[in-house]
Amino acid sequence: MAHDHHTAAGASHGSTKDYVVGFVLSVILTVIPFAIVMNPVMSKAATLFTIVAFAVVQIYVHLVYFLHMNTSSEQRWNTVAFAFTVLISIIVVALSVWIIWSMHYYMMVN
Amino acid sequence: MFGKLTLDAIPLHEPILVVTMIAVALGGFGLVAALTYFKKWGYLWTEWLTSVDHKKIGVMYILVALVMLLRGFADAIMMRTQQALAHGGSEGYLPPHHYDQIFTAHGTIMIFFVAMPMVIGLMNIVTPLQIGARDVAFPFLNSLSFWLFAISMVLMNMSLFIGEFAMTGWVAYPPLSGIEYSPGVGVDYYIWALQISGIGTLLTGVNFFVTIIKMRAPGMGLMKMPIFTWTILCTSVIICGAFPILTVTLAMLTLDRYLDFHFFTNEAGGNPMMYVNLIWAWGHPEVYILILPAFGVFSEVTAVFARKRLFGYASMVWATVAITVLSFVVWLHHFFTMGSGASVNAFFGIATMIIAIPTGVKIFTWLFTMYRGRLEFTTPILWTLGFIITFSIGGMTGVLLAVPGADFLLHNSLFLIAHFHNVIIGGAVFGYLAGITYWFPKAFGFRLHEGWGKASFWCWIIGFYLAFMPLYILGFMGMTRRLNQVTNPEWVPMTYVAVCGAALIGIGILCTLIQFVVSVIKRKELADVTGDPWDARTLEWSTSSPPPFYNFAVTPRGNRIDEFHEMKRDGLPPAPTKYAPIHMPKNTGVGLIMSMGALVFGFALIWHIWWLAGLSFVGIFAVLIYNSYNTDVDYYVQPDEIERIEKAHIQAKAKQA
Amino acid sequence: MSSEVLSNHAAHADEHEHEHHHDAGEMKVFGFWIYLMTDCILFATLFAGYAVLSTAYAGGPTPKDLIDLKLVLVETFALLFSSITYGMAMLAMYRGDKGKVLGWLAATFLFGAVFLSIELYEFHHLIHEGAAPQVSAYWSAFFTLVGTHGLHVSAGLVWMAVMMHQVASRGLTPVTQTRLSCLSLFWHFLDVVWICVFTVVYLMGAL
Repeated sequence: MAHDHHTAAGASHGSTKDYVVGFVLSVILTVIPFAIVMNPVMSKAATLFTIVAFAVVQIYVHLVYFLHMNTSSEQRWNTVAFAFTVLISIIVVALSVWIIWSMHYYMMVN
Repeated sequence: MFGKLTLDAIPLHEPILVVTMIAVALGGFGLVAALTYFKKWGYLWTEWLTSVDHKKIGVMYILVALVMLLRGFADAIMMRTQQALAHGGSEGYLPPHHYDQIFTAHGTIMIFFVAMPMVIGLMNIVTPLQIGARDVAFPFLNSLSFWLFAISMVLMNMSLFIGEFAMTGWVAYPPLSGIEYSPGVGVDYYIWALQISGIGTLLTGVNFFVTIIKMRAPGMGLMKMPIFTWTILCTSVIICGAFPILTVTLAMLTLDRYLDFHFFTNEAGGNPMMYVNLIWAWGHPEVYILILPAFGVFSEVTAVFARKRLFGYASMVWATVAITVLSFVVWLHHFFTMGSGASVNAFFGIATMIIAIPTGVKIFTWLFTMYRGRLEFTTPILWTLGFIITFSIGGMTGVLLAVPGADFLLHNSLFLIAHFHNVIIGGAVFGYLAGITYWFPKAFGFRLHEGWGKASFWCWIIGFYLAFMPLYILGFMGMTRRLNQVTNPEWVPMTYVAVCGAALIGIGILCTLIQFVVSVIKRKELADVTGDPWDARTLEWSTSSPPPFYNFAVTPRGNRIDEFHEMKRDGLPPAPTKYAPIHMPKNTGVGLIMSMGALVFGFALIWHIWWLAGLSFVGIFAVLIYNSYNTDVDYYVQPDEIERIEKAHIQAKAKQA
Repeated sequence: MSSEVLSNHAAHADEHEHEHHHDAGEMKVFGFWIYLMTDCILFATLFAGYAVLSTAYAGGPTPKDLIDLKLVLVETFALLFSSITYGMAMLAMYRGDKGKVLGWLAATFLFGAVFLSIELYEFHHLIHEGAAPQVSAYWSAFFTLVGTHGLHVSAGLVWMAVMMHQVASRGLTPVTQTRLSCLSLFWHFLDVVWICVFTVVYLMGAL
């Protein structure tokens, strides 16, 4: 059994450094989106794109630094399951929005 | 104090229901009396109700499914006879509000309380044995899943005697299912029965996914697993992906009904079409949950009775995985006519046709397996051959319906009804019956009577064609679904043929019941002493029939596809001289108790008895938390007991030889 | 060959039992992760519903009128701090330091309670200002999505309280450690979902 930060429970765990780095990154990735919405400096479209991009990055930060997701053999199934879940989530949300938006378009719902 | 509940809720003015009530009461009383007379309460509690053994839980699931098959079928016979009678001015014997409850109950029961428990029952009995494991990953959760399912079945059946059931069809579209147009308790019974059983199913999906990924015997890589195990793995994945969608959709409907929210209302910005969208985003993967295990059964049965290894193992695996992923991108074909337009319809229509391809691969695989094999025409093979022909027809009508232009004419006609019964009966039900016949000796130690099995098959298949081929014709002739009166005289002759078919299916079901009784009576003649009555190929057949409660005294290795078949060819290893203690979970009644709480909770919410709902909710979690302090949850089976059990089986086998 | 098979079998059985404690805990944590994946799809469906109804104001109040982003920033930080303190609790657990575990769990509980209090205040304020869930489909979707997250946080706090009691009375046993690991996954997952909530509901709602 490998002994890299291995625990009785088998899940990999981080170090204090991980949590500190994750915390600092999360703060930055939270404050900036709030700032550009509360005090608009860009166009609406650019702001929208930025806050979504920052959210995606912050989710990644949480997954890596707090949930310790990686591609190690122990975490492999967790990562596969997560990838599948993200795929299904995107499918459900995106296709639902497309379906209903199309319906509204053809039924001329304002 | 009792919310909306009054004595008026008991439908004493409906003669059919009164007769049913009396029959159920007599039957229930008889059962209780028999259990008391034969002093079996203790046995029932310790051996079955508190069991965390996957084999026992699986048997209980299938038992419930068979009982509910009778109720679902009764609904079907009532609908068929009503349609055969109600024409030319006659109104038949079922007024609309009753007929509407019947077709709603028929669909709800058949999907949630017959098909799903058959799937989960077979999953439970077979999967741990096929992968060489001693139980599932989470035995307590398994028990909880079963009891949540069982009491949701009870809750649903209570609607027959206290109150009413939904009149909305089994998918309960709003606004009809909203509080304004269904102010009674029917839709609430529907909602809570499905929510509670849905939680049970979701936990089962998680349980079996972890079991298959983490508890396979050493050496059994994923590409060495039996195909049935692969289908169960994929089914578990679909359950995990789809059931949360059902939970949310029903919750939104619940909030609309109970707290005046506006998800699906006609006013204040609500969008009833979103319900249709979300419910089918669950509903389509659901039907793949029903069919994949049946496909798995056919793979096992074909290889065993063709006396030949399954053709194209890898392509079967990839076809199953492809179906799993694709099942999440086709759901709009259930509402092509709702108005999303040509682009959306085209995308989903094409996706629906694509998903037929891996299924076609599977059909050819089974045929190629049989080709140049030495096919034995046992009951399971008859079900398989019947399936190949019948399901192919149903699949083809499905591809026809996948063309949006055609669907605009055939949506909600009897053509649609014929299609889905074609694939569910010809596919799923034939698969479950084949699986039950195939694995029955493993579960109980004796085979089912072949003669009655064959009789049942022939009645089912001829009855199916008689009952549903006319519906294809009626669909083309323009007859809509869910009609309680046959308004066009041209449609009448086909309804007569259909009712004959239904009656023949009824005889088929009767043959199955007789088969069980006769098999029990003749169990010594039909006994399975060796544990391997079919000369089969996979690891579950290496245990005794029934297996010891710990399944395997020594964990087997699973290095090769059809490992047991290979082991028999190489010569089976002799029995070990030394056994190690086996770690097993203890039985517990907590799953049952929590589920009783859930029953009270559901009933209280349906009837708006808020204090009782709150109390039972707290009670359920109080029991869960209290039980989490219990550390007396497992024990070790000692080597001497294991040796005794194993020796008994070895001696019985030797006597047979 | 048969004696090899025999001794292999016996050896495997022994090995299997020895690793059993490791395996059982590891399997529970993996199983809980899979459950969390289903919870993720649950939230995805709620987001789909919210997205579809995101402009269904029915002529009534809109989020732009009523959302107080400063308050949302405070509650976001409360939840983020609670994730860090839980991380500290887990590190203390791996060191076997029961006292520190209890301390950090208490801190987590406090931050979680702050988050919930702010959310409850916000809900009360919205309803008071005429944006009740019964007013329009938009607010139905808002309260359901944000409220479901809040219910998950509440359930997490109840679980945390029970864990604090179990750790205090029984110590850091394999059972309590496995449960703390599961709660850890749950708690961090809720913070991940909150990132989506504050972005899609609050930030986009205020745009």
